[in-house]
Amino acid sequence: MVQFFIDNFPLLRDAFLKTLELSVLAGLLALVLGTLLAAFRVSPILPLRGLATFYVETFRNTPLTVVFFFIIFGLPQIDFAVGFFTGAVLAVGLYTAAFVCEAVRSGINAVPPGQAEAARALGLTFGQSLREVVLPQAFRTVIPPLGNVLIAMVKNTSIAAGFAVTELTASLQRLSNANGGEILLVLLAVVAGYMLITLPAAYVVSRVERRVAILR
Amino acid sequence: MSAPVLFDLPGPKARARIRIATVIGSLLVLAVIAFVLVRLGRNGQLDPQRWSVLFDPNSGVPQALWEALLRTLRVAAVGMVFATLLGLLLAVGRLSDHRPVRIAVTAVIEFFRAIPLLVVIFALYFVLPGLGIRLSAYAALTGGLVLYNMAVLAEIFRAGILSVDRGQSEAAYGIGLRKSQVMRLVLLPQAVRRMLPVLVAQLVVLLKDSSLGFIIGYFELLRQARSLVEFFTPRFGNQYTFQLYVAAGLIYIIVNVLLSQLAKYIEHRSRRSPKAAATHAVVLPDTPSVTGQTSI
Repeated sequence: MVQFFIDNFPLLRDAFLKTLELSVLAGLLALVLGTLLAAFRVSPILPLRGLATFYVETFRNTPLTVVFFFIIFGLPQIDFAVGFFTGAVLAVGLYTAAFVCEAVRSGINAVPPGQAEAARALGLTFGQSLREVVLPQAFRTVIPPLGNVLIAMVKNTSIAAGFAVTELTASLQRLSNANGGEILLVLLAVVAGYMLITLPAAYVVSRVERRVAILR
Repeated sequence: MSAPVLFDLPGPKARARIRIATVIGSLLVLAVIAFVLVRLGRNGQLDPQRWSVLFDPNSGVPQALWEALLRTLRVAAVGMVFATLLGLLLAVGRLSDHRPVRIAVTAVIEFFRAIPLLVVIFALYFVLPGLGIRLSAYAALTGGLVLYNMAVLAEIFRAGILSVDRGQSEAAYGIGLRKSQVMRLVLLPQAVRRMLPVLVAQLVVLLKDSSLGFIIGYFELLRQARSLVEFFTPRFGNQYTFQLYVAAGLIYIIVNVLLSQLAKYIEHRSRRSPKAAATHAVVLPDTPSVTGQTSI
């Protein structure tokens, strides 16, 4: 059994790194796009508001598997074929962006209106008051829910296993013809792999939260 | 919406700027849509004849998609019923007066919430056979959904039960009800009313997750679309591929949007219901944990 583990260690390690890479890239995409969408949703320009609302409502009601499906099998129809890994980053990132947007927007709504009013009274433009006054405060209140969204996202990257990305969950499928005890070991390793990402992530989030907490 | 706070009522200059931005924004959106349509059109995907296969009973496609939808809904329904029952049991267990029960139940809940749903499903589908238990794709998918969602629902139930005003259970004990009676007759009826919107929202999540059946080969909508494509390809080439995928995806989205609307409606209704008066709003604790409180 030990031998089995040693033999397959490189495979599991690579799978773990793949999950980590996928999580980091998709997380960055989701954070950037989600914040942008949240800014759209509170902007004075109607088409942008409508666009962001449409985006969020669509992605929140679409299973992630369907998003994967459209990106892997649908994009080639408009001559935009992407690789499986790129597709996975896009799918998870685009999907999570909708939830990031909702979290950030609720944070923006939680900033007392007086702050935005004061910023406006000082003559800041919409962009300035959002950038300099509202968003920095919004991000503070939004860190716990944002952390939850990102942790859920790490778990969601497992779906890439169904689309030819050899990340952690896929290694379970790969090694499925091993015997009983061995496959149980793989299962434990996979679970441990996810914990290795989510536990430190949860810790970092709570540290950051305490660090930037502001008294109201 | 707090938006109006962020910008003044626009003056003439700002109005002109906004008008220009509106035009540019609309043009951009239209340009993207046009780009997609043109590309699709150039590849012949908008050909009405290609779409008609979706509605032509002779091709067998509508029936196949309908049955796939029923299979999807069946997994979701069966999963929801069992997850609710087990979740209720776990929630009561987690609130138990006996320490060992509490610890064991907490461990089960936290374990299943910490690992991805697909890993649970894979464990049932690929690991159990190694131990001599072979499950069908349907059983593995439903089992995974039940195990994962019962843990999520247990937390929702617990929050709901704890949200009932303490005076309620004190009064119930005061008139001499037993523990089980207090739970059954006093706490749960009030908690369930309060939890209904969250429950329906979780049903949407569960329905979305049933699409994971695609990966282990359960014939829900996506897998059905894929197999129809594989069936058509030898005879017609890639002619219907895109259309079938779009149809399967759209059905998922439509069903989910309808359920989400139902959840909103229920929440709206239960907010004014006087029967839930003795409860506080159900708020799941907002601290980040390994498990992540949100299921997205």
